[in-house]
Amino acid sequence: MTAYIIRRLLYAIPILIGVNLITFVLFFVVNSPDDMARMHLGEKRVTEEAIQTWKEEQGYARPLLYNPDASGLRRLTETIFFDKSVRLFVFDFGSSDNGRDIGYDISQRMWPSLAIAVPVLMVGLAFNISYALFIIFFRATYLDLGSVVLLVAMMSISGLFYIIGGQFILSKLFHLVPISGYDTGVEAWKFLILPVIVGVIGGIGSGTRWYRTLFLEEISKDYVRTARAKGLSERRVLFRHVLQNALIPILTGVVVVLPLLFMGSLITESFFGIPGLGSYTIDAINGQDFAIVRSMVFLGAVLYIVGLILTDISYTLVDPRVRLQ
Amino acid sequence: MPFLPVVLWTDGLVYVLLGLMAAFALYASRHEHIRAPWRRVVRARVGVATIVVLGFYVAVGLLDTVHFRLKLPQPAEAGAGVQFAPEVLSLLDLALAGLRERQEKTYSAPFATHLFVKEAIEQPDGSLVRDFPRLDHGGAHLADPARQRGGDIAWRGLKGALQGLLIWALVCAGLIRWIARVRGEPPAKTRSDILAGRTLIPWRTAFVVLGLMLLVSAVAVELSRMYHILGTDKVGEDVFYQTLKSIRTGLLIGTLTTLVMLPAAVMLGIMAGYFRGWVDDIIQYLYTTLNSIPGVLLIAAAILLLQVYMSNHADEFASLVERADLRLLFLVLILGVTSWTGLCRLLRGESLKLREVDFVQASTALGVGHFTLIGRHILPNVMHVVLITLVLDFSGLVLAEAVLSYINIGVDPTMNSWGNMINSARLELARDPVVWWSLAAAFVFMFTLVLAANLFADVVRDAFDPRLRGAQ
Repeated sequence: MTAYIIRRLLYAIPILIGVNLITFVLFFVVNSPDDMARMHLGEKRVTEEAIQTWKEEQGYARPLLYNPDASGLRRLTETIFFDKSVRLFVFDFGSSDNGRDIGYDISQRMWPSLAIAVPVLMVGLAFNISYALFIIFFRATYLDLGSVVLLVAMMSISGLFYIIGGQFILSKLFHLVPISGYDTGVEAWKFLILPVIVGVIGGIGSGTRWYRTLFLEEISKDYVRTARAKGLSERRVLFRHVLQNALIPILTGVVVVLPLLFMGSLITESFFGIPGLGSYTIDAINGQDFAIVRSMVFLGAVLYIVGLILTDISYTLVDPRVRLQ
Repeated sequence: MPFLPVVLWTDGLVYVLLGLMAAFALYASRHEHIRAPWRRVVRARVGVATIVVLGFYVAVGLLDTVHFRLKLPQPAEAGAGVQFAPEVLSLLDLALAGLRERQEKTYSAPFATHLFVKEAIEQPDGSLVRDFPRLDHGGAHLADPARQRGGDIAWRGLKGALQGLLIWALVCAGLIRWIARVRGEPPAKTRSDILAGRTLIPWRTAFVVLGLMLLVSAVAVELSRMYHILGTDKVGEDVFYQTLKSIRTGLLIGTLTTLVMLPAAVMLGIMAGYFRGWVDDIIQYLYTTLNSIPGVLLIAAAILLLQVYMSNHADEFASLVERADLRLLFLVLILGVTSWTGLCRLLRGESLKLREVDFVQASTALGVGHFTLIGRHILPNVMHVVLITLVLDFSGLVLAEAVLSYINIGVDPTMNSWGNMINSARLELARDPVVWWSLAAAFVFMFTLVLAANLFADVVRDAFDPRLRGAQ
């Protein structure tokens, strides 16, 4: 097992290097630091000196890959590539374009993101699985048909409308909860409840449909027929046999998204004014803060790979058929 | 020529797509194993209903794709060359010329005759009164709007409905004759068969849906001659016009993204599964790496860079339309980069299975070259995966456009799109009284398209997926 995990971790290294190279090319080669400077200082009439000063301040003044002025190993280390890209590997994100420490900001902002993402995942999972089981229990009836139509209709509504509608109905018409904002500590629940409700409702369509297909596939397998032939009640077949076996794909499907919960949801957080990582990213995109976007790209890639590794491990733990080679 | 044709980048891609679809249709019509699943699609009631609805959207989108510049009035002095207007128009713009030109000052509610906000109006005696002024165009033909409006709307609605029904009757009559000729029976028998729902292809459903769509469109067209049926937005532009123009953007993002990613996904996926070994390792590494970058962030990064490029090279773009079009193309490309990995992985799995199948093994043993083998045996047998992915991805991409435009990394802000409409309208809900019509219009048009696409995708998947075929 340990050897397997270590091998998986080693396999992640080239992928991270690849991501790092892609971001480096995107952010520094396609667009030179000069372009960035011109953009930040205001388009056309920018003197060469102003660009140089800006680059000095932001630490973009060095050569990209190779510094001929330095000596020895420093020829490689005193470059933008080493400064801005290689350091990401030890999670040293550097400072944003307006001088704040990105690592500190991330560690502060991930908690509000989690405060929304975790309840949405949990409540959504519980609701979707229960609803899917309910549909399966009444399969091939009008309840089934009506539910499927409802689910497809819910899937066809853009997530933006769920948010806008939720804010309008719950906050503006009935004044039940604040429209947006955030508070620290226990008081935060007031601000969290609406985003969580909206998040869960927005996920019902695709989520429940997915679980329904999953259960339908499971229910046509031989062991289900055997269980029925033994004379077990439909309820027992569904809740004991089918649910237990379907838990394997459900579990692994959840594990893969777990690490990405840290990243938060871009849209939800910016609509509700939650100071999480999602709104951090949006602000960076709108403010054209390349340093933050670059850090978030790298962080997202790391979390995705962690998710993949966790999935593989959880497979081997819950499914005895999977053997480690 | 009274006009100068203009082919934007995305227009060109649409023509390529149409060509490919025609070629595929020709190919499919000659191969029974591809025709069979399509037959299942058109024999499903949901299938034909959604095809009719999607057909309306596609028709609007195509009309909006034929671009040109109109000729300016000939200058008086002789010898002056023919001049063309700088503005790039489409056939849809011409058809909706009235809607495009009837601008109001600012917001007005659907079917309103007065502006939504009060203004100081000068009375005949010279005094100023703050009141809602009359609209320049909406309901301008009415002498006394308060009394006449209801009757006028009802009368025009009825007129539009009758026109719609007339067109419907003509189309139906033509179709019935054609079906009768194809089936070689008298039209009366065909008609009674269709009415009783006894045809293999559910023509009755198709006719009903067609009737509904024609009725709604005809009423809307007739009423929009005199009113702003979906109101006007902040700068006084007709919302109905905006949302019709947005159809093209939505359709383009949904289809072209898949089109541009197809070559890479198909080639790499099949190569990885067929050759295995180091080729497989490299391709797997490539798509795992790309996949591990969060899609939204990759798009954001790419669009940011495009913005930097555009602001530094502002003079390279001849017109706003061209600039917006290039941004749309770029968005389609980058969306393609983020979404090809799923299809690639599917195709790799399929090819891995296929290369062990007897007829492929036999071809290898007979010494057929790799590329001939892939072209003749592997590619045709994975086409159903490609097709299902193409249809399934469509609705997701249309929805993604709205979200991306909301974060300002979608299409150009000057381009009509549902995302831009939602984005600019979301603050209007905070007004009092509420300005709801932009959002409602975007919602209805987007919901109809995505719902139809989702249902259609389900039918196509059920018809093409060999695993599901046995169950029926």
